[in-house]
Amino acid sequence: MKDPTNEDKTTNVLIVGVGGQGVIMVSKVLALMCQMNGYQVKQSEVHGMAKRGGSVFSHVRFGKQVWSPTIPAGEADVLLALEWAEGLRWLNFLEPTNGTFITDTQHIVPPFACLNRKRGATKVYSKETPEQIVAEVANSLALDATTMATELGNPRASNTILLGTLSTALDFPVEEWLQVISEFVPPKTIEINHQAFLKGREWSEKTKSQTISEPVVSPDIAACPPTPVNDDFELRLTRAWCKGCDICVKMCPERCLGLDAEQLVELRHPERCTGCRVCEWLCPDFAIDVIKPANEKMSA
Amino acid sequence: MNHHVKQSADRAASEGHQRPMTGNEALARGAWEAGVKVGSAYPGTPSTEIMENLSRYPAEDVAAQWATNEKVACDVAIGASFAGVRAMTSMKHVGLNVASDALMSMTYIGVNGGLVLIVCDDPGIHSSQNEQDSRMVAKLAMVPCLEPSDAQEALDFTKLAFDLSEQFDTPVIVRSTTRLSHTRSVVKLGERIEKTSKGFVLNPNKNVMIPSNARVRHPQLIEREEKLTGYFNTSGINRWEKGRKDIGIITLATSYAYVKETLPDASILKLGVSYPLADKLVEEFCKSVDRVFVVEELEPIVENEIKVLGIAVDGKNYFPRVGEFSPEIIRAGLEKAGVLEKRNLAKAHDSLPTPRPPVLCAGCPHTSGYMAIRAMDGRVMGDIGCYTLAAVEPLKSIDTCVSMGSSIGNAIGVAKSGQETKPIIATIGDSTFLHAGIPALIDAVYNNVDITVILLDNHITAMTGGQNHAATGKTLRGDETHRIDFEKMIEAIGVKWVRRTDSYDIATMYQTFREAAEYKGVSVVISDRPCVLDPVKVKGPSLTVISENCVACQSCMNLGCPALSWSDEWYDGHHKVRIDANACIGCTLCAQVCPADSIRPLEAETH
Repeated sequence: MKDPTNEDKTTNVLIVGVGGQGVIMVSKVLALMCQMNGYQVKQSEVHGMAKRGGSVFSHVRFGKQVWSPTIPAGEADVLLALEWAEGLRWLNFLEPTNGTFITDTQHIVPPFACLNRKRGATKVYSKETPEQIVAEVANSLALDATTMATELGNPRASNTILLGTLSTALDFPVEEWLQVISEFVPPKTIEINHQAFLKGREWSEKTKSQTISEPVVSPDIAACPPTPVNDDFELRLTRAWCKGCDICVKMCPERCLGLDAEQLVELRHPERCTGCRVCEWLCPDFAIDVIKPANEKMSA
Repeated sequence: MNHHVKQSADRAASEGHQRPMTGNEALARGAWEAGVKVGSAYPGTPSTEIMENLSRYPAEDVAAQWATNEKVACDVAIGASFAGVRAMTSMKHVGLNVASDALMSMTYIGVNGGLVLIVCDDPGIHSSQNEQDSRMVAKLAMVPCLEPSDAQEALDFTKLAFDLSEQFDTPVIVRSTTRLSHTRSVVKLGERIEKTSKGFVLNPNKNVMIPSNARVRHPQLIEREEKLTGYFNTSGINRWEKGRKDIGIITLATSYAYVKETLPDASILKLGVSYPLADKLVEEFCKSVDRVFVVEELEPIVENEIKVLGIAVDGKNYFPRVGEFSPEIIRAGLEKAGVLEKRNLAKAHDSLPTPRPPVLCAGCPHTSGYMAIRAMDGRVMGDIGCYTLAAVEPLKSIDTCVSMGSSIGNAIGVAKSGQETKPIIATIGDSTFLHAGIPALIDAVYNNVDITVILLDNHITAMTGGQNHAATGKTLRGDETHRIDFEKMIEAIGVKWVRRTDSYDIATMYQTFREAAEYKGVSVVISDRPCVLDPVKVKGPSLTVISENCVACQSCMNLGCPALSWSDEWYDGHHKVRIDANACIGCTLCAQVCPADSIRPLEAETH
C-alpha cells in the first residue's frame, strides 16, 4: 500500500461486507484513528434499504487534504472484506499493483443464492477458492476470522479480528486502536474485542506475505448424487378419492395445486412441480401419486 | 449509530472543538447553533438522522419531534415561525412533495422567525421510489436553495439559511444528498445563538393567503428574487477559485469534491446557491476562461439558467442526468470532452457476482403476512416500507408500489374499475398508515368498496431505522405519550370487519386473511408483532434442522429468511437446509411450514 506518512497522497480504505456485520463500526473506528493522528478524513457509507442482509460498503479516505468522499474504482489501497463474496464483488476497486486485500474466508450465503428449485441446482455464490485469489492478487491476506472469533467466544467479533489485521497495514499505535475500539463496541464486549483485535494483528504479523489461514472453508463443491437427467415428474391425481381438504394445496412448496369448481384437487401449474412429493405424503386419502421420470428409479 | 450520536451530544458544548460528523449531524448542529426553537420531521432515508440528532440537544433549547407526515411537520415549523421563533423541518426529496402544499403558500407569506427546510435528495436511488431533483421545487416555490458540499458547509450553510430567511422574508431550503448526509468529515463547532422571540405579528394582509392578498404578494416574490440574486452575486457563499485559464468549471454540492479530486488545477466557480443564480458572478467567471463546464448532479438546473443568460456552456452533453456522480463519472465526462487523456484501467477480477439485495430480517413479522397474501392469489397493492421487499421472490406477492399511503387508494381504484376478478388487497405498514393511509381508508368506507386492507403493524417506523410514531406510545425524545389504538380508530372510521392476528401464527394468518377477503365490503386485518430490530432487538432460542428428517421440499425456503440456506446434504436431487443459529431469532415460522417436522429448538436437540 501507499505510505500513509506521505502527506500528499490520500490513502483509500474500502470496507465491505453484509448488513449487520459491523462494516460501519469498523469504518468509524478507522476514521477516528485517522483524525486522532492528524489526518483529514472522509468516511462515506450508504444505509437505508441495504442495512439488513444486503451488500454494505463504506469508503474511508485520509490524508493531508481529502476531496471526494468516495474511492474511485482501481484506487483502494486496502480492501477489507468482512465476507468472502463481498470482497470479490469489490475487487475491481483495489489498486491493481500494490493494493492490499484483507478478507474473511467465511461464506454468508444469501437466501437469493438458493432460489433455484431444479434438481442438482447449485448456489449462486462465488466459486473462487482462497488459494486462487491469493495467487491472483498481489498482496492478499485471507483468514478465517469468523472461526477465530468463535474460538474466542463471540463470532460477531470477527470484524475486530479483521480490524487487527488491517492495523498492521497502517502506522498507528496499538494503544490508540484499543482505546478507540472501546468507544464504539458495547461495554460488555470491550474485553473480547480487544482480544480479537490483538489476535488479528498477531496473525498478520506472523505471516508477512501472501497467506491463507487454517482452516479454510471450501466453496460449494459438495457433489450432488448423480445429477438427474430431467425434472419431468408426473402427478397422478385420483379425483374420485379427493375430498377437497385443501392440505396439498396449502402445503405444496411450489404452489402447483388448487381446488376446482367442484372443490376437488387440480394441477394448475405442472411446470412448477419439482417432485418433492410433499403432496403425496400428506394426502390423507392417497389421492396423489408422484411418478418419477421413466428413466429414473424411485429412491428409498 | 445511536451510540455515536449520543457521544456527539455529550461533546456538544465546546466551541472550536473539532470532530468528525456526518452531513446529517452537521445539519442538525447548524440548526441548533442558529438558535432553532422548533424542529419537526417525518423519517425518510437519507434525512432521518437530522431530526434524531436535533433531539440530542437539550429539550430547553429546542422542541424536536416526529410528525405524522411531512405536511404536518412543515405546518408545525410554519406555526413556530408565525410565533416568532426560528423553526425547521427536514425531509427526504419525496417528503417535500407531501410538504409542498404548505411551502407554496408560505413562500407568499414569508416568515416571522427564520424558517428552514432541509431536503435530502437521493441521486442513485439508494433507498427511494424516484430520483427527483428537489431544486426544481425550490425554483417553483421561488425560495433560495443552499447546497453544501461537505459537513462543515452543512453546518455553516444551515446557520446562514436562518439569517437569510429573516433578512429576505422567505423560507429557505438547504439541500443535501445521500452522499453528503451519510459522509463523515471533520467539523469545527460553534456556540448556540439564543434568539429572543419577536412574538406573533398580527398582519392579516401578509399572513392570510386569500386571493386579494396573494395577488399583492406575488409581485413581491419577484422583487425578492431580484434582491436575493443581487445578494448572492457578492456574497461569499459562491466562491471563485482561480486556476487554469483554459478550463473553468461551475459546480456545487458534492460534485465540487469530485471535480477537485479529478481536475484540481481548473478554475472553479463553486456555487453555494443554485437558486437564484448569481448571474453577474457567473457571467464574469465565464468571460475569464476559454471553456466552461457545468458539473451538477441530476437535472441541468444551473446549466439551463446560464444558457438563458446567453452564455454557451457544456454540461449534460458530457455528464449524465441520471444517477449519482463519482470521481470516475467526472473523469469519464472530462475524457469525453478531451480535457483529460483516456486512462487504461487494469482488467478487474472477473467473478460471478453473488446476488445480495436487502432482505427482510430473520424473524421479520412481515414474512408470514406475505406468505398468507400469496396464498390468497389476490391483486395486491403495496406501499412504502421494509415490506416493499416482498416485491421479489421468494415472497413475491405485491403487484404495485407508488408512494406513501397509496396502497389503499390504489385498491379503491382497482375495485371501482370493475375489471378485477381476484380479491383486492392493500398492504400497508403502521407508520405509513398514519402518514397517509387514514384518509384513503375513510375514502374506502365512504365509497363502499370491496377491498381488504392488511395493516402490517410492527409497532415502529422500521425501514428508516426504528423511529417512534403516534402508535408507539413514545415521542422522539423517548417520553411516554398517548398511543393510538388502531382497532378503535378503524372501527370509528366505519369499518365493520376488523381483526387482529399474531404474525407468528401462520395458520391463523392464512385463515383470517381468507375470511377477510370473503367479507363483502372493507375488511381490515392487523398483523401484529413488533419489529425484530427496534425498539429492542428480539432474540429467542434458535431452531435447528434435523437433517435426517429433512426432505428438501424447500417449503421453509419460501420464507426468504436470511438465517436459512442450503446445507451440503441432498435429498433426492434437492438441497437440504440448514439454520444459522447466530442469525435465527426463534420466530418458528419455518417450523410451522415444515411438512416433515424436521425443524426443532436447537437447545432440545443439543442437550
